[in-house]
Amino acid sequence: MAVTLTDSVLKDIHRRMVRIRRFEETAGKMMENGKIPGALHLYVGEEAVASGVMVHLSNQDQITSTHRGHGHLIAKGGAFDRMFAELYGKATGYCKGKGGSMHISNLEVGMLGANGIVGGGPPIAMGAGFSNKFRKTKNVACCFFGDGASNEGSFHEAANMAGLYKLPVIFVCENNGYGEYTPQRNHQAIVDVADRAAGYGMPGVVVDGMDAVAVYEAAGEAIARARAGEGPTLLECKTYRYYDHVGVRGMGLTYRTDDELAEWKKRDPIELFESRLQEQKIMSAAEIKAVHDETLAEIDAAIQFAESSPFPDASAILEDVYA
Amino acid sequence: MAEAVATPVANKARTLTYVAAINEAVRIVLQEQPNSFVAGEDVGGAGGVYGYYHGLQKEFGADRVFDTPISEEGIIGLGVGAGATGCRPVIDLMFMDFMGECMDEIANQLAKMRYMFGGRATLPVTVLTMAGAGASLAAQHSQSLEAWLCHLPGVKIAMACDPYDAKGLIISAARDDNPVFVVLNKMSLAMKGEVPEGAYTVPLGKAKIVRPGTNYTIVSWGRMVHECKAAAEKLKAFGIDAEVIDPRTLQPLDLPAVIQSVKKTHRCMIVHEAVRFGGFGGEIASQIQELAFDYLDAPVARVGAPFSPVPFSPALEKHYVPNADSIVAGVKAQLGL
Ligand SMILES: Cc1ncc(C[n+]2csc(CCOP(=O)(O)OP(=O)(O)O)c2C)c(N)n1
Ligand SMILES: [Mg+2]
Repeated sequence: MAVTLTDSVLKDIHRRMVRIRRFEETAGKMMENGKIPGALHLYVGEEAVASGVMVHLSNQDQITSTHRGHGHLIAKGGAFDRMFAELYGKATGYCKGKGGSMHISNLEVGMLGANGIVGGGPPIAMGAGFSNKFRKTKNVACCFFGDGASNEGSFHEAANMAGLYKLPVIFVCENNGYGEYTPQRNHQAIVDVADRAAGYGMPGVVVDGMDAVAVYEAAGEAIARARAGEGPTLLECKTYRYYDHVGVRGMGLTYRTDDELAEWKKRDPIELFESRLQEQKIMSAAEIKAVHDETLAEIDAAIQFAESSPFPDASAILEDVYA
Repeated sequence: MAEAVATPVANKARTLTYVAAINEAVRIVLQEQPNSFVAGEDVGGAGGVYGYYHGLQKEFGADRVFDTPISEEGIIGLGVGAGATGCRPVIDLMFMDFMGECMDEIANQLAKMRYMFGGRATLPVTVLTMAGAGASLAAQHSQSLEAWLCHLPGVKIAMACDPYDAKGLIISAARDDNPVFVVLNKMSLAMKGEVPEGAYTVPLGKAKIVRPGTNYTIVSWGRMVHECKAAAEKLKAFGIDAEVIDPRTLQPLDLPAVIQSVKKTHRCMIVHEAVRFGGFGGEIASQIQELAFDYLDAPVARVGAPFSPVPFSPALEKHYVPNADSIVAGVKAQLGL
């Protein structure tokens, strides 16, 4: 049941990317205006990765995410209204307001949570992959993690076990060149995180993470391998985050240059994709605009839903601690 | 025994923020200890995610103030290995919650090496880390986990409630030949207070009477000290003149100061931000009943967080974290007022 790159799949990838971009732009503004409490780590710039991978997955396939998790949930089928409600800390949010941005999740679509712990995801994805195999399903678990997270022991233990047990796990490294404010050259002695795959007996693949089709193709191969029982793959997507580590402007540190940002923006994943769709006459400019407009309208409605939703009652504090 | 007032050895107090006091302390440590260095995530180029180390890499060089990978087990291990072999590491563990990543290095290596080696190893390692809820940072970035550390013979634990203590405790920690955790609070970062220039110490193991009182004792640490002071003011309306004691370090713990106060006041409460159940307040309560049972007019009370992870929603978090009102309510419940 491999997915082939039909026009409708291309449109699907496009819509997922636009949905992430628009959601994140809005959420970022709301955080900076103080409307959303806490810290948001925004996914703007990296949309091709989540979208190119997730289009292969069903609700029975699982993912684990990161602190930068909204994009993963959106691409996996998260609903804006429940997401905004969660970011607001409302009772109608996906986690009843208990998780917020860093723990946003929806198990119904197989999303095993954003994670406040860098490197929190890989062991969980490995366990989900084990479960898929143990329960004799053909489902896969995709683990999203950053270049910075690839330095946590948890990643290495999970990768080793996934390789050893030939688990249906795809380790998707979103290499955006930085862990917080530290450039990759100052946090690891390699250039390609994919090189680490060799140590765990799995293929390591490097792909242009700004090109959703390239991600789609490489992910498709890895997922097919996993579904066929051939074990895990480490798929490294080279990408970039447009905003600061936290929020939009963040702390205003000068740890990277405007030129570098501008260079990456020239290869904006959505613009690249939209020009390709138009060149290939798959979508017209008007159709593309309609996707953006529909998304924006849905965001407005979602914010309305979130704002009119109640906050959880104090009694909820002690609920959900145990089954 | 407790000091009634702080007695700085250094001169000229100015008003500094908590962050600036931390920064000044670490600068002094780097100046006075040639074998010290600062290692942690984003401590060098960025100067720490909250600015603790601002300017220090420039001043002392990237050999002594440097960024590490996101590898907490490695970072604490760096401290253990370097500390055991002649360095005096200052390790930044950004959020206390991340102890989960490195608890083996903390609990099985750092805390025990000296003992296991028959006293031959010395581990002059300082770990700076940050606790505290109240910023809507949810379950994995808001915890107060000092009780984890208190259960580990071999480490010392300091809790800095204000800028003065932050600076003095960090300097004491770095001069100490043992592993010392200095636990900072993220809701206090912008807090201002008087801080003397130059080097001074807040001794490890010496409580401070934050507010003298006559007929009630409140023991508290970290940011909760301020809530307790506010609660003490409110309690005056009920004829309660509460003495607020901040032990400042939980290990070593200045029990004589607490006991002396309880023998005078006959009623006591322990307040901490950490989850109440299994929290360090239980240890202190138990010690009080062992050492001053005959002096107590009421059971020792405790106020702490409910038995749940820290919720994200501000609507829940505001009820979760103890505050002056919930402390007053706890006192009233204890005394049947
Ligand atoms: C265990 C742990 N250590 C440190 C942090 C603080 N932190 C949050 S995000 C981050 C950087 C993560 O970098 P990377 O994995 O490359 O992901 P990116 O933010 O670039 O998407 C750090 C250090 C954390 N949340 N958890
Ligand atoms: Mg990164």
